[in-house]
Amino acid sequence: MSKPFLSIENLTQIYPDGQGGDLTVFENANFGIEKGEFVVILGHSGCGKSTIMNILAGLAEPTSGVVKMDGFEVSGPSLDRGVVFQNYSLLPWLSSLKNVSFGVAARYKDWSKQKVLEHSKKFLAMVGLEGDVIHRKPSQLSGGMRQRVSIARAFANEPKLLLLDEPFGALDALTRGTIQDELLKIWGGTEQTVFMITHDIDEAILLADRILLMTNGPYAQVAESVEITIPRPRSRTEIVEHPNYYAIRNHLVQFLGQRSKELAGKREGETPKAPATIRIDKTGSEEDPVPSAPLRAVNT
Amino acid sequence: MFDNLSVNQRAAVLSVVMLVVGLLIWEAAIPAQKAAAELTEYERLTGGGAPKAGVPPPSQVIAKAWEQLSNPFYDAGPNDKGIGIQIGYSIYRVLTGYIMAALIAIPLGFLIGMSQVAYKAFNPFIQVLRPISPLAWMPLALFIIQDSEASAIFVIFICSIWPMLLNTAFGVANVRQDWVNVARTHELGYLKTAFTVILPAAAPTIVTGMRISIGIAWLVIVAAEMLVGGTGIGYYVWNEWNNLDLTSVIFSILMIGVVGMILDLAFGALQRAVAYVE
Repeated sequence: MSKPFLSIENLTQIYPDGQGGDLTVFENANFGIEKGEFVVILGHSGCGKSTIMNILAGLAEPTSGVVKMDGFEVSGPSLDRGVVFQNYSLLPWLSSLKNVSFGVAARYKDWSKQKVLEHSKKFLAMVGLEGDVIHRKPSQLSGGMRQRVSIARAFANEPKLLLLDEPFGALDALTRGTIQDELLKIWGGTEQTVFMITHDIDEAILLADRILLMTNGPYAQVAESVEITIPRPRSRTEIVEHPNYYAIRNHLVQFLGQRSKELAGKREGETPKAPATIRIDKTGSEEDPVPSAPLRAVNT
Repeated sequence: MFDNLSVNQRAAVLSVVMLVVGLLIWEAAIPAQKAAAELTEYERLTGGGAPKAGVPPPSQVIAKAWEQLSNPFYDAGPNDKGIGIQIGYSIYRVLTGYIMAALIAIPLGFLIGMSQVAYKAFNPFIQVLRPISPLAWMPLALFIIQDSEASAIFVIFICSIWPMLLNTAFGVANVRQDWVNVARTHELGYLKTAFTVILPAAAPTIVTGMRISIGIAWLVIVAAEMLVGGTGIGYYVWNEWNNLDLTSVIFSILMIGVVGMILDLAFGALQRAVAYVE
């Protein structure tokens, strides 16, 4: 089996616990992401999701382990890995358009000003921001609009890997729904590889090709990789009708509500462990979900 | 009666009323000189007839202001120059010292703010040097520089450097990590990050420091010019005191206030220009 586009190998993060000891947040995390895949990671607070995200972005260093993209080890931040932060992180003194175009100009240094602006406007239009609005400063926009600008900035840079750190966490449910649709639309048109953190199970099922489930920390692990066997294009109103929807949802709720606690703190020893691949498909035969052999596990 | 006026208009009316009432009280409080004919024999013998030096009434100050401001740039020798020339000298000294201080304080503050080690290493020196009254440097400056004009400028330099240095360092050190991360994920270089992210992010704090500095510089220049003499608004005040011309003293005090206010307004406008809402 060939190596996936992005592979996370034996990632371990240990922080000092403030009393002279060590706190192992997660240990020996192993998983891979294929090109063009939309992978969502679900887990309770404190299991180290954000730490994994920061390591992938190059903003933090793991205690041990490596992240490889396209076969090369990741070190430091790069334009190849775009990030959408939870709190938007727009520069408040720039207009929405400038917030996007400064990123585009950094990405494509040889482009003319005109080309940079056109490219930026194109991506702002894709998230539904057009006309006068794009010349407003972030403080004059609603939270939803700000996050749209932030998403447009990330997509406009056309990174090899897009990292979304709870991008809808600060938005109300209705706005969240609209922007999820915008995200699906813009993602469908670009075949962008996406890695996203969320707390929201329904959001994860709507967006993801695959959901990684983390057990609770300390010694958190990426325990399962659940395939979302619902065909695209998906819409929030239609997927709930799909026979697999509640089967998958129940499995996720079960995991987060119960098994994530049971598995917490159990050390698997020193052997690196890949997450078990779970495939739930009720469309064909009626059988219970059984963990099958890891499909995309990384063999080290 | 005032119901249909805006808050600003009402405040303006109140200001004018306070001004008029204040001036009237001042005018009325000045005791009139008795005419020589009304004096008793005894008073005349004990020198009561000589004009007493008193605080001039506002009417005299206004007349003086009118006279001075209608010809502010006359030059009739070393001790008799127009108010415009004197203020011009003071502003020239303040701006020279201030700009030199800004050229050093802002880049240095930037470096100190970017590095925790530099921040901690510079801090004890700054904390010791900052509370020194700028005029305490005057003898040392006169001895080393051997030029009173340049010494006055040095005193302005040394008093305006600290607020700018500290505010720049503080502003730069406290730029939100999110924005720095945006710069990092966009692979901006060191200089590019400094100019496109950190400078605009810290600009409101830096300009606040610059505004504090210009205020202090304008306070200090009056005292410095009283010491070094020759020209300037501070020298003018002291010279008129020596002449016992209190009308001119009061007039120049008011002028110091007006110029200080204009300097502050200019930096207030700059502050609004660089402000942003998060």
